[in-house]
Amino acid sequence: MLRFFVVLGLTLASGAASAADIPEYRLVIQNHVYQPTELKVPADTKFKLVIENRDATPEEFESNEFNREKIVLPNSSASVFIGPLKHGSYRFFGDFHQDTAQGRLIVD
Amino acid sequence: MPGVALLVFREVLEAALIISIVCAATRGVSRRGLYVVGGIGLGLAGASLVALGAGVIAGLASGSGQELLNAGVLLAAVAMIGWHVVWMSRHARELARHMNAVGQAVKAGSSSLTLLLAVVALAVLREGSEVVLFLYSMAMGGIGAGGLAGGIALGVSGGALLGSALYYGLLRIPMKHFFGVTNVMLVLLAAGLASTAARFLLQANRLPALGEQLWDTSWLFSNGSLAGKTLGILVGYDASPSGIQLVSYAITLLVLLGGMRWVGRPAPVRDERVVAAAPLQAPS
Repeated sequence: MLRFFVVLGLTLASGAASAADIPEYRLVIQNHVYQPTELKVPADTKFKLVIENRDATPEEFESNEFNREKIVLPNSSASVFIGPLKHGSYRFFGDFHQDTAQGRLIVD
Repeated sequence: MPGVALLVFREVLEAALIISIVCAATRGVSRRGLYVVGGIGLGLAGASLVALGAGVIAGLASGSGQELLNAGVLLAAVAMIGWHVVWMSRHARELARHMNAVGQAVKAGSSSLTLLLAVVALAVLREGSEVVLFLYSMAMGGIGAGGLAGGIALGVSGGALLGSALYYGLLRIPMKHFFGVTNVMLVLLAAGLASTAARFLLQANRLPALGEQLWDTSWLFSNGSLAGKTLGILVGYDASPSGIQLVSYAITLLVLLGGMRWVGRPAPVRDERVVAAAPLQAPS
């Protein structure tokens, strides 16, 4: 039993890799629009996405296709860890301004 | 206004489905309405506090405060639902010979009513804080008071309507099976919440994925669709889950079902009728 927990602990520790080994990508929200609207990221790679909100209003970065949601407060940044994702194009949006805040992750 | 109505509807629906299940599970308990309304009130107050403190929360735990708070709230709800169903199964057996099904449930239900009130409060808090931030964002964006109020009214009534539809649908289940069904629904709800908690921890890189995108059933129900969202709350549906979500789901199912079975097992008495009545019962 003890061994099980030791193994589990090691698996958890190694699985949640330290943030330093993880590539970082950036998105900017300005006037409720994502820049860039299409962001290229590598396939089968876990990465960190930093979203900077330059608007005076809060936004929620959200995707149903890669299952992430995070509130990004006015004039601040937030980050989420994503993937590894398979090849493809994945839609994301700003939940609070869906008519303009639309974008795609191009996983290649 | 349609945008406001839609977002409010989505968030209210998630909370309303949970409240409906809790209401059904406490059917017949006296002063239940008071507890549920109290839970909603507490949840709304909590939601406003969370929204006000969003800046502080966002900065905690090196930027993972939001995820840790969400996961914490979800896991607290899982623990409370778990306690309730295990408690129910213990007392259902004790009282079985003396009372009818309703009486049992009332007795069992009232003692964990406070826990279920907390589940209602937590559900409202989680969905509500997002609504508050959204409405703030809309108000800043210069939407008129009329559009805002109309959107809120439409969204809240739509969500509440679907929630009550579930509640009144559940009431049609025959009494003999009623609490069996609500218990199963509570267990599935808890397992789904645990899976969502795991997703938040994964998003914050606090848990290993154990495999991303294990399958994809978004062609059937996407996570964003009404059906997908509803199933997401009721049974923990996720169109493209990660391994850690499945593990959390399975652990919750096993612990709750195992706990119910173990606590509700027949006492070791030499009662011929009990033995004769359940000759095929699997060993627990």
